[in-house]
Amino acid sequence: MLDIRLYMLQRITALIMAPLTLGHIAVMIYAVQGGISAEEILSRTQGSVFWFLFYGCFVVAVSLHGAIGLRVVVHETFGVIGKTLSWFTWLVAAGLMALGLYAVFAVTL
Amino acid sequence: MTESPENLSIAVWRGDDSGGGYEQFDVPARQNQTVLDVVSWIQQHTDPSLTYRFACRVGMCGSCAMMVNGEPRWTCRTHVKTVLKGNRLEVGPLRNLPVIKDLATDMDPFFDKWVASEGAHHPTRTRHDPIAPVDPTEGNRVEANEGIECINCAVCYSACDTVTGNPDYLGPAALQRAWTLFNDTKDANRGAILDAVSGSGGCHNCHSQGSCSHYCPNELNPMKAIAGLKRASATRFFRRSS
Repeated sequence: MLDIRLYMLQRITALIMAPLTLGHIAVMIYAVQGGISAEEILSRTQGSVFWFLFYGCFVVAVSLHGAIGLRVVVHETFGVIGKTLSWFTWLVAAGLMALGLYAVFAVTL
Repeated sequence: MTESPENLSIAVWRGDDSGGGYEQFDVPARQNQTVLDVVSWIQQHTDPSLTYRFACRVGMCGSCAMMVNGEPRWTCRTHVKTVLKGNRLEVGPLRNLPVIKDLATDMDPFFDKWVASEGAHHPTRTRHDPIAPVDPTEGNRVEANEGIECINCAVCYSACDTVTGNPDYLGPAALQRAWTLFNDTKDANRGAILDAVSGSGGCHNCHSQGSCSHYCPNELNPMKAIAGLKRASATRFFRRSS
């Protein structure tokens, strides 16, 4: 159900997410100091390659990490196995990635 | 042995793999008696058809494990007075294994997983070669020694919630055996052991809940052994990738 490839993928994505989450929280605290508005956020993110890569990496890591975690929960709780379990995993990953990248493109392009 | 005036109220699970339920028995209370003594008394004095398994009665053979008040225990070394609730006790077959009859479970899945995790020695020498010396203070040997007192009682396997949710999971005992062999300097195929424990039912499914280490009657630490296998397989993963 969770072989070494999925295990390592989940651990590596966790390693990627950890500093990005801290960076995200730090920027949130910094940005909210003088009040917060959509214009202010977009002025910082639009056209920025840095923020595109920052949140793009985050979305990819979260999609894979979350899908593998849900795979374990669904297998152990509902007994889902085989191809159904694989389809579930990759559909969740694709769904999270599509939603996340849509948001990343919307605020950085 | 002094006899207490009261009887114990013992609920014993009766049935087979198709189903069953608890049946009440009254057993005379003694000052000193184990859960296995209680089960044996029922079988000898009340119901000869009660089926259970035991051999050594001294905590060596690992065959008498049962669920006692919902927790897996070696019944020959569990004194009734340490687990009694009021004067009641509930005894059932081990969890996570098919029931053959009453308190006897089918141990085949448990031992099949020992084989599946490469729990067999891969020799470096033949019987015609001299015996290789082993330094008992060497690091890997010390690590291996921590797991060799396993008596295969399946208490850890029965305590493991990951086995309950994931029947393909090899389980703590088989993985601890694999870790013991992995650290054995006389074992010639450590790669085969890591391959065996890195599949879809392997060590990476462990959630480190620690029930195995909590309930092990010999106070071994299968969770630490599984963590060792995870570490060794992750190290190999990066070495292969580089």
